[in-house]
Amino acid sequence: MTLDIILILVVLIDLRLLGASRIEASIRIVALQGILLGLLTVLEHYGDLTVSVWLVAVGGAVLKGVVFPWLLVRALRSSDAKREFEPFVGPIASLLAGVAALGMSLWLAQRLPLPQAPHASLLVAVALFSILVGLFLIIARKKAISQVLGFLVMENGIYTFGAGLVRQSPLLVEFGVMLDVFVAVFVMGIALFHISREFDHINAHELATLKD
Amino acid sequence: MQATSFLQILFALLFAPLMLGVINRTKAWFAGRRGQPLLQAYYDLYKLLRKGAVYSRTTTWVFRAGPVVGLSAVLIAMTLVPLGRQPAPLAFPGDFILLAYLLGLMRFFTVAAALDTGSSFEAMGASRDVTFSALAEPALLLGLAVVARQTASLSLSGMYAGMALETWRQAGPVSALVAAALMVVLLAENARLPVDDPNTHLELTMIHEVMVLDHGGPDLAFILYAAALKLWVFAALLVGLVLPLRTGHAWLDVAAALGGIFAVAVAVGVVESSMARLRLLRVPQLLVGAGALVALALILTLR
Repeated sequence: MTLDIILILVVLIDLRLLGASRIEASIRIVALQGILLGLLTVLEHYGDLTVSVWLVAVGGAVLKGVVFPWLLVRALRSSDAKREFEPFVGPIASLLAGVAALGMSLWLAQRLPLPQAPHASLLVAVALFSILVGLFLIIARKKAISQVLGFLVMENGIYTFGAGLVRQSPLLVEFGVMLDVFVAVFVMGIALFHISREFDHINAHELATLKD
Repeated sequence: MQATSFLQILFALLFAPLMLGVINRTKAWFAGRRGQPLLQAYYDLYKLLRKGAVYSRTTTWVFRAGPVVGLSAVLIAMTLVPLGRQPAPLAFPGDFILLAYLLGLMRFFTVAAALDTGSSFEAMGASRDVTFSALAEPALLLGLAVVARQTASLSLSGMYAGMALETWRQAGPVSALVAAALMVVLLAENARLPVDDPNTHLELTMIHEVMVLDHGGPDLAFILYAAALKLWVFAALLVGLVLPLRTGHAWLDVAAALGGIFAVAVAVGVVESSMARLRLLRVPQLLVGAGALVALALILTLR
């Protein structure tokens, strides 16, 4: 029951992101999602909590709930992009696409039985939904920082999937993934800073026409 | 048929305008004012009913029919909606669809009467009202469909009689999502604050108020009374969902539901005091968001 509530909150955060336009608020709710996922990992393995589960849960929550938002807010302050103006897909169409993606991921999750079923029946569906929403955000938004957020949401989806399987997957793999994400966000933060200093904006679609 | 079924209609007819008083008092308390008397809506209705009506020469019978049809539609809707766990006087499978369309009929005639005046401001309000309600209606119908699915019943009385604490324990998140969406629909359909400001008298931003500018006297009284009853209908729908009390005593249940309805009025007052009106462009986002909530709830129940 508690697991279901957390997973539904994760879905609601994804839907909120699809309808959001203020970037700083989006960063904060992605941070909240990261902390919820840390909680989810602990609760999913309640009863046989090992050191590795705690490390993955607390490490993930700190990284996603504190470090990434701090990096992104800093990058946001350096550029003067406060909101996502006129994205490729507007908020209402994004929300409707989100509902369709939700239906699709539930349908898909029923066809992907795990060898060892996780405690929360919704887990696989929510993981797939987060991945889809992340991909959608990367495609449908113009500002580079929103695309980084999409990348983070996608990673949260993969992490959700892993949260059900920490026992099976070796600790080393989880940490490798987390380190990769950390480096990626770090590099993207620096790249964002340089893009906004060079061009006075961070609209990624305008970079496609650059020529030297 | 129980005595409480008819009494709840009587309660609604008597106490619906009091809800407006409670909302106004809550807002006044937040603003640090003393506020209007609790019975102000009754005084207004009495004052308006004693006046004569004035009709513009450009209007036709549609303008005169608007308030009467609106009031009768909402009165019929009242007979379908159970108060708390007590069955409504009228109940049959699928009556929640009739409820949605009775409210639609009421809106249609209000809009037709507004267009009949030939005023461009009223037409603007009518256009907005229709746009927003087209987005609010799917949320309402899907929300009620979720409750129907949860309780395996197709009539409103059966649905709300089937709601119990057990339902919340088993599928709390689903019920909470539907309740949140119903609250948004309540605010939108009754022209309350995040969607429409009932106090504003600036034609450019008004929605519901602007449509009734040309009505006066008994017609305006009918419209005010119908609006209060409509608020009561939505509050009853919400209370039945979030207050699944089963005391075993019919009168206690009715008293609890009445308390719940006035709690909804207080909640509306709190929302109105703590939020600013959304920009007109953002309102569809709010309503589609409510639709997304019930879609999520529906997917979760169908799973």
